[in-house]
Parts: sequence; C-alpha cells; structure tokens
Amino acid sequence: MSKMPSESPIVSVADLLALAHQIETDAVQRYTELAEQMETHNNQELVKVFRDLARAEGIHAEEIRKMAGDVDLTAQAQRLERWKMGDSPEQADLGAAHYLMTPWHALQLALTGEQQALAFFTSVLDSAKNEKIKDMAAEFVEEEAEHVNLVQRLLRKYPKPPDSWANDDDPPRPQG
Amino acid sequence: MSKSENISIAIVGSGGAGALTTGNFLLEAACSAGWYGLMTRTVGPQIRGGEAAALVRLATHPIECMPERYDLMIGIDWLNANRFGAEIDVGPHSLVISDPHGGELPAIVSRAGARVVEVPIKELAKAIPEGRANMIVLGMAAALLGLDEEALSALLAKRLAEKGEAAIEASRAGLKAGLAAAADLDLGKRLSPPHASAAKRWLVSGNEMTGLGAIRGGVRFAAAYPITPASEILEWLAPSFTKVGGVLLQAEDELAAINMIIGASFGGTPALTATSGPGLSLMIEALGLATAAEIPVVVVDVMRAGPSTGIPTKSEQADLNIAVYGFHGDAPHLVLAPQSVADCLFTTQWAVHLTETLQAPAIVLSDQFIGQTVAAIDRAADIAFVGQRTKAAENVSAYKRYAVTGSGVSPMAIPGLRGGQYTADGLTHNERGTPTSSEGDHRAQLDKRRTKLDQFTYGDHWATLEGEGEFAVITWGSLTGAAREAVERVRDRVGVRLVAPRLLLPIQPERFAAALDGVKHILVVEQSHGAQFHRYLRAHYDMPSDVRVLHRPGPLPIRPGEIEQAIMEWRV
Amino acid sequence: MATVETQPARKPADYKSDINAIWCPGCGDYHVLMSFTRAFAELGLAPEKTVVVSGIGCSSRIPAYTNCYGFHGVHGRSLALAAGLKVTRPDLTVVVASGDGDGYSIGGNHFLHACRRNINMTYVVMDNRVYGMTKGQPSPTTEPDFDTALSPGGTGLSPFHPLVIALASGANFVARAFSGAPNETANILVEAIRHPGFSFVEVLSPCVTFRPDEREWKSLVHAAPVAATNDPAKAARRIMTDDGFNIGILYRGERRPYQPRMEGQNIDVAELEKDFEL
Repeated sequence: MSKMPSESPIVSVADLLALAHQIETDAVQRYTELAEQMETHNNQELVKVFRDLARAEGIHAEEIRKMAGDVDLTAQAQRLERWKMGDSPEQADLGAAHYLMTPWHALQLALTGEQQALAFFTSVLDSAKNEKIKDMAAEFVEEEAEHVNLVQRLLRKYPKPPDSWANDDDPPRPQG
Repeated sequence: MSKSENISIAIVGSGGAGALTTGNFLLEAACSAGWYGLMTRTVGPQIRGGEAAALVRLATHPIECMPERYDLMIGIDWLNANRFGAEIDVGPHSLVISDPHGGELPAIVSRAGARVVEVPIKELAKAIPEGRANMIVLGMAAALLGLDEEALSALLAKRLAEKGEAAIEASRAGLKAGLAAAADLDLGKRLSPPHASAAKRWLVSGNEMTGLGAIRGGVRFAAAYPITPASEILEWLAPSFTKVGGVLLQAEDELAAINMIIGASFGGTPALTATSGPGLSLMIEALGLATAAEIPVVVVDVMRAGPSTGIPTKSEQADLNIAVYGFHGDAPHLVLAPQSVADCLFTTQWAVHLTETLQAPAIVLSDQFIGQTVAAIDRAADIAFVGQRTKAAENVSAYKRYAVTGSGVSPMAIPGLRGGQYTADGLTHNERGTPTSSEGDHRAQLDKRRTKLDQFTYGDHWATLEGEGEFAVITWGSLTGAAREAVERVRDRVGVRLVAPRLLLPIQPERFAAALDGVKHILVVEQSHGAQFHRYLRAHYDMPSDVRVLHRPGPLPIRPGEIEQAIMEWRV
Repeated sequence: MATVETQPARKPADYKSDINAIWCPGCGDYHVLMSFTRAFAELGLAPEKTVVVSGIGCSSRIPAYTNCYGFHGVHGRSLALAAGLKVTRPDLTVVVASGDGDGYSIGGNHFLHACRRNINMTYVVMDNRVYGMTKGQPSPTTEPDFDTALSPGGTGLSPFHPLVIALASGANFVARAFSGAPNETANILVEAIRHPGFSFVEVLSPCVTFRPDEREWKSLVHAAPVAATNDPAKAARRIMTDDGFNIGILYRGERRPYQPRMEGQNIDVAELEKDFEL
C-alpha cells in the first residue's frame, strides 16, 4: 500500500505538494488521536510522546504549506481523489497502539510511518517523468530519510521493554 | 306495556348464521332513529363458523355497559351456546324466541324461567329465495322493539348495496317475514321514544375512537404488530394516514414496533403504537429507553384476559401492574385509562398532548370491552389538546439536550437543527447527554424526570368525580359505566360518590384526598383476580379504614347489578 | 441514484466530536470512526442532517464520537429505530452502526427485515467475532473452536455468514471492508451511502483486548477477486467461494427503496369523522 498505483495521479508539482501535505496532516491527526487515547487510558508518559510527535509532524506540514505558497492544498488534494489511491503512506497504524504501550512502541510506530513515507516518495521519484516533480520528490526523499534517522536516534535512547510490558493484574472490566 | 329507559337483546347463532351482522343492523337502525345503544359480542375460538352472540342494549340516553339479563333473546341455533355461560343470562320476564330445530336451550336459559316461544326461523328463511335466517331475526326484533320497517329497509339497501339487488330484495322479504312472525308476540316493554336532539351523533368502537384521538392529537406515525384486540386501531389508522398524512409501518414484532416509534419521535414526528398485554411486555425495555432519553411516545394497551396468552377475545383489567411498575430502574412515566367508548377519543388525544409536552412515554390502558364495543355517542367537540413539544431555538449554541430547567422539561433539538446535535442515550447522562456515572448527574437527571411530571398541572381531567355521600365506589377504565349505573340505581337509598381516575400515573395524592374528603366507606371495583387496582390505591393513597373490594377476573364483564348488590349488602 | 445533500467542502475533523472514545487503544473501531468522518467529508454531508444510530456494544458507542445527531439505543434494535426515523424524515442521512453481537444475535430478526424492507439507509457492522463489552463471550461470527469461559473448548457452532444473509434477505448493497484500511473503508462507505436502498457493510474490526489473534487479519484480508455485480444470482455464487476475508463490494442491486409517502391527500381530519356519522 505504500507503492504508487500503476497510473500515477500525480501530474503536477501541486499534486505532489498536496499529497505530501496530506501525509503530514494525517500524521498530525493520528498522533493527536493517539495522545487523546493515551490520556483517556491514563498512560501519561505516552501522552507527552505523542503530542511531541504530533507537534513535529505539524512543523513539517507547515513547511510544506509554505513551499506551496498560494496553492490551495486542501482543494488540490480533493481533486486528486487521493482516497482512491488506497491507504496513507505514512500511516501510524492505530491498530498497533496499546494502553500500556511504552515510548519504545510509540517510536517503532513512528519509525514504520516514516519508513513507509520514504518508500512512497522513493517510488514517486522512480516513476516520475516530469523534471519538476522529480526534483521535488527528491527533496521529500531526503526529508523523510532524515526523519527516519531522527526516529532511529531517539530509539537508541529508549530501551526495548521487557516481555512483561503488557502485564496487567486487573482483568478487563465489563461495561455493558 | 311498560315504557323503559333501556332494552337489551341477544342474538345467538353459529356456523354462518350471521348473528353479529344482525346485531350491527339492529344497533344502527335503532341509533339512526334517535336512540342510543351499544353492542358487544361474544364468540367461540374458531376463525369462522363458530358460535356467536350479538349483545345489544338500546336506551334513550348514552349507555356504557351491558345488563345482567337480556330482555329479548333470539336463538337461530344454540350449538355450543353453553360456552357463553352467564354472559347470555335471561330472567323470568325475558322473552326467548327459539328455532325448534336449533338444538337444546343452554342451561342458563332453561333455568331462568323465561317465556320461550318457538319460531321456525330457518324454515321461514328457506321459504324465501336466497332468504337468510338473520333477516328473519332482524324482522322479529324490529317488530318487538317498534322499529320502523321503511327505515330498516332503507338501511339494508344501503349496507347491502355491494351484494346486488337480488340480495337486497331477499333481505327485505326476510325482514317482512320476521315482522309478521313476531306480530303477535309481546315483549312486555317498549323503549321510550328517543329524545329529540340536535346533537350530531356517531356510531363508533373504542378502537376507532382511539385512532381518531391519536390523529387529532397530532400523531402521524404508527408502527405496530397485529394483536387481538388492538388490531382495529391499526386498521383504522393506516387508511386514515393516507388521507391526512402520516405512515403506518407493520413491524416484524413488538420489539421493532416500539423502537420504530421512538425513532420517528426522535425525528420530530408524534408517534404511537397499539398492542395488548403480551406485546406490552415486549415493549417495556424500550419504554425505559424512551423515559431515560426523554422521547415522547404513546403505547395503547387494549387489555385482554391474562396472564400470558390468556383469553385474547375477553376483557380484564390486569395489566395495571406492568404499566405502572413494569420498568426496571426508577422510570417515572404517564399511565392513562379511558373510561368508555367515547372517552377513548379524549384520553388518547390527551395522552398524545401530555407525552409531547412532558417528553415522557404514555401508556394508555384501554381494554377489549371498550375497544371492540360499538356504541352510539354524541359527537365529541374538538378539544385543544394537540401535541406541543418544546423545541430548541433556531440559534442554539452550546446546546444541552437535557438541561435542568425549572419545569424539568428541556427544549428538544430536532435533527436538522444546526447546532442542536446530540446523541440520545439510555445510558445515564449529564445535561449535555454525554454518558456519565457521576452521582450528581444521575441524581440531577432522575430528579428532573420526576419533577417534570409531578409539577405539571393536569387539571380536572385526572379523574371522573360524581355524586355525594359517605360511601364511594372507586373504579377505573371500562367499569366506570357499570359503576355509574349501579350508583344511579341506589341513589334513592344511599348517596354514593363515584371516583374513577383517568390519570393513573403520576399519582395525584392531594386531589385524591380532596375527592375522598368525608368518605367513610369505600368499595373498590375492578376486573382483576389479584385486585391490582386495590393494591395500587393502597400503595399510593391514604384510604379510610372501611374498604371492601369487589374484584374478579374476566371473561364475564362486571355488570351494574353486582355492584348494586355489593353496595346494598354492605350498607346493611 | 440517491440524492445526498451537499455543502461546501468539509474536512473529516468537522465530523468528530470533542468526546474521547473509551475504546482500547489498538481497537479497530478507531479506524472505523476515521472512515466515517472521511466518508462524511467526501460526501459533504451536513452534520445536522446526518444521524448515526446504534445499539449496545463497543462499536455502538460511535454516535457520540461524531458531531452529527446520534441515537444510542437499546441492544439489538438500532435498525428499528433507524427505520422509524428514516421513513418519517427522508431528508436525513441515516447510518446505523452495530457489532456482531448487537447486529447478528439479538438484532438478527431486525437484520432480516431491514434487508427485506430496503429503506434507504446504510448499516455498518463492526465485526470482531467476540462480545467485547461484556468480556469476551462468543458471538454468532466466532469460530467454532474459539475457547471462552462461557463455552469452554469453543461453541462447536458454525458461524453466521452475514453477507449471505443480507443478500438472501434482499439488501440492495452488500460489501465487506477491513478497519485496517481506513481509506478503502471510507470509499466503500461513500458508495454505500450513495447507493439507494438498504446498504450493508460488514467491517472486520479487530478486538485488541479479547482477540489479539486478530492482529493477523491484516495479512489475511485481500481484495475480492471479482468486481461487484448487480445480479443477485451471480453474487450468491461468488459468495460461496468467499473465505471471509474478501474485501470490496459484492453486490449493487437495483431494487426500489421503500419510502412510503408521509404527505397525505390534504384531507382534513374532520373528513375522517364522516364515516362515523349516524
């Protein structure tokens, strides 16, 4: 799902910017969502981690918006019908969350997202015919590679948790 | 020949004899001539061909119950008529006309000492081409009651128009033959002439009046599952909606029916369903939802004999418990009970008005007796009770669906109103409607739902209060008519008050106390084996120390004579 | 083609309420909520003219997490609530949300009749093959050998096949989606809502707490091998080869939706009374 469909819908730089912007804003949305989930489930440490990630992605989104200048990225993205392209390249998979997750898990999730985004822009670069698109795609590849490195560095700070990380002595509570 | 204020006729026959049709014609003819009357029927369990008795009572004034004994009984045949038991009782002054080939007289008739005259009804019918036995019977009854032949003939022509000229001619011939056959017979009493009245009158069943009350109150959606004896309400509503607007949906079961009307009401359309005891049992859970989520709906329960499947075609007053106490949790709601065929119109319309105003579900406890009885009534005046839901204002912001207000009623946002979005929920919720388990919110919402019902001014409609005296008869629903007649009968000997609450929930302690001010002796009358109404009164109201209870289950209706006897015995 | 009221472009975030879900992190329903908001945005629905109706269960908590109108009713009866609502308010977009317990067990009878009645609405069942809210009992779609406290060693009962039931009962649109592909799910929902009549979408949505084994669903799901058909017989044959993980639209039917007229013949109520007159 991180590959481009055979008929690329990206026909202009504006398209690519819109897509890239969407990827970042999706990521902001997902990390914010995860922060809220962690807050509801009393995992305070992870609230901070996800809010930080959301902020970082927000900065990336803002950078892309500045690059775009006057282009209305929302409208552009809608014209792309990007939903029809399948699921988001930089998806932080909400299914990988867990109420007892640790920062290590969160960063693994972030790493997967960045790696998928990198793979996506790499495939755009490979398949693009238009020079301007190629140049822009190359920029994004570089960006994403940096993001991947950043996450990997962060991971070195957080140890992999022991196998018992998901242990909860209390059983699930019926609610309905 | 003594003049009488009322006369009663029973027509008995089976297997296609058409006894019920004859009763209908008789009632319509007499009422068209200016008398009042009502007709009930009692039938066997077969879908067709079973034993049947049409029970008609005619009077010079509106009449609401059946007598203890029938003045005139005509038997086309007596097959399985023993099944009717005491419902077709006659007395020594009654006249019984019997077809000699119709089988043995039922025990209750032969024991009674009535005059029995044999008339070969079926033979007389056979002598006419396409002749029918029930037309002979109609002629005989017309002769004995003094009904006008021409008017009756015209009525036949109107009602049988679809069956063609030949059928009409045959019926007229049968009518003539019957009139002739009874020419020399004497009933011993005649109805006093009808009072001249300019008032428009209707010939209707309680179920039809229930339907009309719903529509007059503003109901434009019904969902229902057919059940005896409520189906006629739905059968009347469905075509009526196509005329005035609205839809009736037949649901796959009662669980769907109640939820469908809740959904429709949530969308802004006043909605109603009609069922009987077994259906109401199924609907109880969703009625709790309507209470908690504060969604107006009306459920009409046309009560029948229970428990469980019971006797579907017979009346009883034993769903009071489930209507009043059946919801799990503390769920204040409305329970009303019409007192007659005519009152079905008012009470149903009032129920719609109340549920819409108070946003609490209303159960209307009708019963098989008033539901399926056809009666002549004065046309009811239009009353101003139309559903008036308090809706959220157009420019609503920070909307709280369940805001605690002075009256306890919160303005309701109807889908389509921008800014009014909320999620209705059976879960305990806060003012906004968000689920919560907080003590404060739970209490606040329970208080609010209680307050809105308790603080409302219900007016004088809450009960029927008649008469003066130290004795009081307390009853409800369809027994009000029989109690009234009994109280009338003893008026010259003892002053008796009649108290019949129309609003059973929420209870009205102050008004009830005022109604019983000065009363020392109470007779509770109800059609329930377990005396549900008596227990309800004791649970909620202060009663004087001398209380007697006249209670029995169906299938025989409680008649005025029993109540009269109970009053007189006790008074002695 | 059903008419859906459209407005100027909205974002998915416009359809989310400020109420945080109680679902366990990792629950597939978070993705389904995402798909809902994306679909609503794509369709440009007015939140005040959209109603999400549900029953009881984890999936049924979804209405309050949107900022549309919602109805969180009692267990198993969401389709009946929705039917009464839609018939009287055809102007609203009605989406019904349920789970495998609420929808296929206690709600089973209403499911059959909702398909048969074919009122214009969309029914989304989040199937996680377990009763989550009440701690892990088997549901009608649970595998026969799944061990639970209430059925030690498994129920031994064949699971229900909801798409077969929907097709046989007359649903006008039948599809399966997977929560782990939220954009694809959103696409399917858009089509389902646009399609007239009763649209049924079963969404496989893993339960992270009681069915951690469902993590492997993302490797098992695959695009349906054939395109959607409008021929019920073809659809029936195709569903016979369904391994339970075919994702996509199976059937787009052409039955007319059931929408009785609410408007009468403009006859006054007083006219009804003429029949009663003596």
